[in-house]
Amino acid sequence: MNSHLQGEAETAAAPRQPLRLPTEQRESGPLWSSYVYAIGRAGTGLGTAAPRLTGLRDGRLRTVTAGPLTALVSSVPADAFSTEGMKAQLENLTELEEIARTHHTVVEAAHTGTTVLPMRLATVYLDDDRVRSMLRERGAEFDALLSRLEGHAELGVKVYADPRATAAEPPPAPDGPDPAASPVSPGRAYLQQRRAQRRTQRDAYRAAGALADDVRVRVAALARDRVVHRPQQGELASGAGENIANEAYLVPTDRIREFHRALAGMADGIPGVRVEVTGPWAPYSFATPPAESRSA
Amino acid sequence: MVDRSAEEPLAGRQIALIDLLDRLLNGGAVLTGDVVLSIADVDLVHINLRAVIRSITPDGPAPW
Repeated sequence: MNSHLQGEAETAAAPRQPLRLPTEQRESGPLWSSYVYAIGRAGTGLGTAAPRLTGLRDGRLRTVTAGPLTALVSSVPADAFSTEGMKAQLENLTELEEIARTHHTVVEAAHTGTTVLPMRLATVYLDDDRVRSMLRERGAEFDALLSRLEGHAELGVKVYADPRATAAEPPPAPDGPDPAASPVSPGRAYLQQRRAQRRTQRDAYRAAGALADDVRVRVAALARDRVVHRPQQGELASGAGENIANEAYLVPTDRIREFHRALAGMADGIPGVRVEVTGPWAPYSFATPPAESRSA
Repeated sequence: MVDRSAEEPLAGRQIALIDLLDRLLNGGAVLTGDVVLSIADVDLVHINLRAVIRSITPDGPAPW
């Protein structure tokens, strides 16, 4: 094992690629690891985003190239980004957010300029040479994926059911007998009210489900692929109502506008149902080979 | 509206963290060559994270 000071080792392994020496001292080695943000094709301007941006822990971004592929990388402290260190960081919401946002900023900047394969959060290698050998090992697979994603972006669509939005409206006129004619006992009135409440809830969920199906139909011709994510729940899911559908679509960039138009206003006039479109995103949800992505 | 400011990706409305995590944890290429975090460990982290994300305040409407 040799240590790779200033990344000058192993030039023989990638003879045609001039080494880009980082201008700062930190490099991969015993104290620093290489965090990978995204992969793209060499020579497509993936590196142009690098000098403008700062990576995690204020590390400068650099490119690591092997053959036709380039990875966008920055050095991170090895201890904080080891298996244990990473776990600790990811379970702290503040640190998790910091890592996620930085990761995303870098991927997004790269994605704006060229086709990239975004890496999953916390993709860390011991050093740049490990990144290079990974690029070589998986080159064919990455190449195929990049071809597939070229000229595409990801759009997120979420459908919410919010029965409370309907409950806030005045209840429909009671279809029972005239209250003046036969006075309803308090218990009975309560049960009637509960029934009506339950009905609006059921209606909202049913309408949201139907609308989610309708989304799929409306954008079927506009999207190349679709991935279903888990509905958003818990502390971080701040949107009103319950998320009942959370999907990602792979859309050609020149049809994004059309995609938005196809879904615009589709929940108008449906009480208790809401649609939210996010993006365009770098194609995060489609960066795994199709066979693998089904495992989720 | 498609509005992307190339120079300042974080400008404007901040992206919801949960939308980001959906992509960064469920999406993204997984590299088997990973040395520091093996795949199994990555998944382990995910499970813990999901617990964090899903725990607390089941504030949504009660299931009927």
